[in-house]
Amino acid sequence: MASEAKKALFEPLVSNNPIALQILGICSALAVTSQLSVALIMCLALTAVCAFSNLSISLIRNHVPSSIRIIVQMTIIASLVIVVDQVLKAYAFDVSKKLAVFVGLIITNCIVMGRAEAYAMKNGPWNSFLDGIGNGLGYSLILIIVATVRELFGSGTLLGYQILAPVSEGGWYTPNGLMLLAPSAFIIIGLTIWAIRAFDPKQVEKPDYEMQNAHNAPAHGASGGH
Amino acid sequence: MKKFNNLNLETRSMKGATKQAGFFHLPNDHIVKTIGVATLLCLVCSIIVSGAATLLKPTQVANALLDKKNNILAVSGISLEGKTVDQAFEQIDSLVIDIATGAVTDAVDATTFDQRKASKDAEYRVELSDDQDIAQIGGLSKYANVYLVKNQGAIDKIILPVKGYGLWGTMYGFIALEGDANTVSGITFYEHKETPGLGGEIENKKWQSSWVGKKVNDASGEPILQLIKGTVVAGTPQADYKIDGLAGATLTSNGVTNLVQFWLGENGFGPYLDKVRGQQNQASISMKTNVQERG
Repeated sequence: MASEAKKALFEPLVSNNPIALQILGICSALAVTSQLSVALIMCLALTAVCAFSNLSISLIRNHVPSSIRIIVQMTIIASLVIVVDQVLKAYAFDVSKKLAVFVGLIITNCIVMGRAEAYAMKNGPWNSFLDGIGNGLGYSLILIIVATVRELFGSGTLLGYQILAPVSEGGWYTPNGLMLLAPSAFIIIGLTIWAIRAFDPKQVEKPDYEMQNAHNAPAHGASGGH
Repeated sequence: MKKFNNLNLETRSMKGATKQAGFFHLPNDHIVKTIGVATLLCLVCSIIVSGAATLLKPTQVANALLDKKNNILAVSGISLEGKTVDQAFEQIDSLVIDIATGAVTDAVDATTFDQRKASKDAEYRVELSDDQDIAQIGGLSKYANVYLVKNQGAIDKIILPVKGYGLWGTMYGFIALEGDANTVSGITFYEHKETPGLGGEIENKKWQSSWVGKKVNDASGEPILQLIKGTVVAGTPQADYKIDGLAGATLTSNGVTNLVQFWLGENGFGPYLDKVRGQQNQASISMKTNVQERG
């Protein structure tokens, strides 16, 4: 595998993760992660859309007029999302009911659009396709972490199988209700980002400003006044 | 790949030059090319989208129907063992009633009529006034689906589609009554937007099973079945008319109470249920008279 292709596929996993580093696609990461099975289907759907939108946009990139390029990208992404939604309704009916509106909202997921504009418009079809898959997997990685924690501690189950027996079924575990609500996903994503950046300090952003030391501050203006 | 790159170079070198070679050799920002690319793209995308929608439609419709049958079977208590959903569903009679009179109607086809769709269709929709509309559904279809399980000609179970507003959105489900049209034999919710773990517990099978055997109407014929705060203590007055509320979900619990009281009341299936009870009374009276005559 050429090094560029390798980079396109693996870099978005940890070192340039779309959620953890670029903080994109947070909305669906909150919405569909209360159950692992639902999150997995969402990951699959997003990865497919991202890969094929990158592929098709890269194929026509030399003929896209720059004045309408965003509209062209949107049209392609929207069409792919509708196709994915229809396929889910036909072959994964139960899950599509749970995902409901969130499949449709892949259209507005910043990751898909961002990769189309930043990568597929400038690179060849094969690399773009891999970049789409890579970013989809990067997104999936975070979603799977969040969904595992939320389902395990929120309902005591994983993929629907009981792991921690809840009190209501005669067990010992009191499910943590917060885990089933969206704010818990924020906390888990935050902790994940912390862990990734502790592991790879390069990702830590430079502070926007520094606190000034008052004693060494330049004195001008201090005695000025009204 | 190479071809694309060459093409790109060519287009760049030809900037300013117009209509020399074909359409694809026009500079990208040329008006003809812009409109052409847009049209072509729309055409291709619309073919793909409509193709997918048309090809997958039969599977999707079958899925939706199967899902509905599954829900009805789940609440009916018919066992699915060794049978497909369609085979099991043969034991269920579908009929359509006129909601105002409670009479069975054949104005629409009972197997295909969809009350949920019809309630949004101006042809069938009846608006509810504020004081009638306790379940906050706005309006309902003038015809309604009823599913019956029969046992040697007599009604064994009556399955009624119900809906009502919870905390976040409308809850859809089915409630099953015994042949006496007054004893609950099951309830299920197949679509709702309640908070998982709190109001979402209306999906909990254990809670749903606590409905079995509860009574709907008091002596005066009013539906008074309701969810209460906390747990129902057996033996307390009217325990038969009370169901455990959902902990931490007062508004969802109120919504479920309203839904049950609306649909089993006079503006919902009340008139139909009265008819069923009337027929059964007659049947039992005629049976008694038969016995007396014989005796």
